[in-house]
Amino acid sequence: MSYAVSTSITVQQGLLGRVPPLWWAIALLLVAMPMIASNFVLFQIFGWTFILGMISLSLMFLAGYGGMVSLIQMTVGALAGYLVAILGTSGVPTISLGWPWWLYIPAAIIVAALFGTLVGALAVRTEGIYTIMITLAIASAFFYFTRQNYGLFNGYTGFNNVVPPALFGIDWRQPAPFYYLTLACASLAYFAVVYVSRSPFGLALQGVRDNPRRMSALGFSVTAHRILAYTFSSVIAAVGGILLVWQNAQVSPGTAGIPQVIDILVIAVVGGIKRPIGPFIGALIYVLLRVYSPDVLLAFGLSGERFKLLIGLGFLVIVFFSPDGVLGLWEKFKARRAKQADPLRMGRP
Amino acid sequence: MQSFYKRHPVWSVILLILIAGFLWLVITPWPPGLEEVMGRKRIFLNAVLSGITLGALYFLVASGFTLVFGLMRNVNLAHGSLYLLGGYLGYEIANATGMWLLAFPIVFVLVGALGLLLQHQVFRRMEGEELRQTLVTIGISVVLADIMLWIWGGQSYQVLSPDWLSGPMTLPLVISLRPNGDPVYLTYPQVRIAILIAAIVIGLAMWLVLNRSRLGMLIRAGVDDREMLAASGVRIQYVFLAVFAFGAGMAGMAGIVGGTFQSLTPGEDTRFLLASLVVVIVGGMGSIPGAALGALIIGLAEQIGLVYAPTYSVVFTFLIMALVLAFRPQGLLGAGR
Repeated sequence: MSYAVSTSITVQQGLLGRVPPLWWAIALLLVAMPMIASNFVLFQIFGWTFILGMISLSLMFLAGYGGMVSLIQMTVGALAGYLVAILGTSGVPTISLGWPWWLYIPAAIIVAALFGTLVGALAVRTEGIYTIMITLAIASAFFYFTRQNYGLFNGYTGFNNVVPPALFGIDWRQPAPFYYLTLACASLAYFAVVYVSRSPFGLALQGVRDNPRRMSALGFSVTAHRILAYTFSSVIAAVGGILLVWQNAQVSPGTAGIPQVIDILVIAVVGGIKRPIGPFIGALIYVLLRVYSPDVLLAFGLSGERFKLLIGLGFLVIVFFSPDGVLGLWEKFKARRAKQADPLRMGRP
Repeated sequence: MQSFYKRHPVWSVILLILIAGFLWLVITPWPPGLEEVMGRKRIFLNAVLSGITLGALYFLVASGFTLVFGLMRNVNLAHGSLYLLGGYLGYEIANATGMWLLAFPIVFVLVGALGLLLQHQVFRRMEGEELRQTLVTIGISVVLADIMLWIWGGQSYQVLSPDWLSGPMTLPLVISLRPNGDPVYLTYPQVRIAILIAAIVIGLAMWLVLNRSRLGMLIRAGVDDREMLAASGVRIQYVFLAVFAFGAGMAGMAGIVGGTFQSLTPGEDTRFLLASLVVVIVGGMGSIPGAALGALIIGLAEQIGLVYAPTYSVVFTFLIMALVLAFRPQGLLGAGR
């Protein structure tokens, strides 16, 4: 009897107590953001942060849990964006097919995921740095192909006027609705990654990352797990890509140009590649730098165009001093404080 | 060669037939039926020669890249930036002194010194951490690209070739026959031929150094097993420094070459980085003959594709890479690891 009572208490604790109060505070703040922030902050800063965070999250899933650093994620996202423009409506009516939204959104995600899987199947034949090189090469092939192909991808100009469908009579490109749309997608993606990382598949994937030989001796198919990881991450990247295209209202080869592809890696590494929250922190830092660094540089008498130098130097400093990104710095700081506070708790997480 | 024939008799015959057919296309004047299908012979030969010279340029860039990778396991994604930096520096030197040839040794030394600095101050500190090294090179390439954009701006530069190399030369290749039976020969820019010859000479010199000298022996041993080499008393850090400086210097010199027969613009660094990546993936990591073969294949595919299927020429390149990866992941001439 007493046993049953105690378990019910632990279950209650599990629901409420397992999530630290700080997280509840952040969640509340994010939900209430439209009441305090301006439209520019909502749409340009937070919308962009969530989108870039999602695409980087897909890279974080591959790199952190699968041990595969793939540079194809931005390309998968851009492909999904292109498909939305081609299958749905855009400013180029000669190419766009004008399908209804419930058809073209899933179609875009599925085709992009298939593409990501195919690239993954090619990339998992190699390991470590080879994977970076091969995915980078495929990403740039996509960039050059879209730039030269006018029949399907409309070449250099791409598609403009790609807007989200007016569901429930709401214009989803208004700042507050777009903020909630990206917030919902980003949190869904975040919790999906957390859930999958704790599922049997995710655990096996982490086993494959740590010791592929042992996992294959235990009867797990190493290749299948890796390719499936690409599929899962491609779905997240595709959703992020569609949102990105809706935010800019246009998609062009430059959406997945080589600098953009590298930026995703920079964001994931700066934020921290070990935990799913890292990419969002990295994306926030990146977006703040992108938006405000011209002003700061101008204040110091430098040309506002040098923000890339700033981002590159920041990235170099982080990689030099903390390979786990900003989160790694934070954890180091926490560990040191815990050490000072109570020497008996040192070894515990 | 013989062992290859013994292992793959069918492939050898197919390869031989292909090579013979290609030579026939190059040497003989084309019959009218063929010209209808493939266009004029002049266009075909020009595409082939541009492909070979472009391959020579790719080889110059990629040889340093593949050597650095083979020895140090370091994917230097800043290699393209070193190429572009070499090109800009060469432009400045050639303009200031008026001597095109003088630019080569100076740029080799300058960019090589930058390579020394990078290897000694940056990569040595994170030896064995491949991913971190790669990330650092990405950061360096971003920073270098922006600094170069700052100094030289967004316009395109062209290094002028000296007078004794400008102008066309006649090659002993028959394009067509005049009605009276006289052969018409192909003319081609002299500077490109010079670059092709220089690339072949440099390639042969590298092969000789690698296979016939003590330093080359050390490098080859390091590529195979650097721990054992270090354990047998070789100061491997010096070998690393030498190879990295050499690779960087080669990239810088290739920048002058690229600036002479193409142009120097801010996007070129990533273009040549990707070209080196593809060349090295196709040819095989860490192999100089592999880099030569890969550069030749990619250069030819790019130029012939540009003539016969302009929209998809870039895709051909990557298709070749994907095929090689799918069927021979270690590259055409790469050692199986």
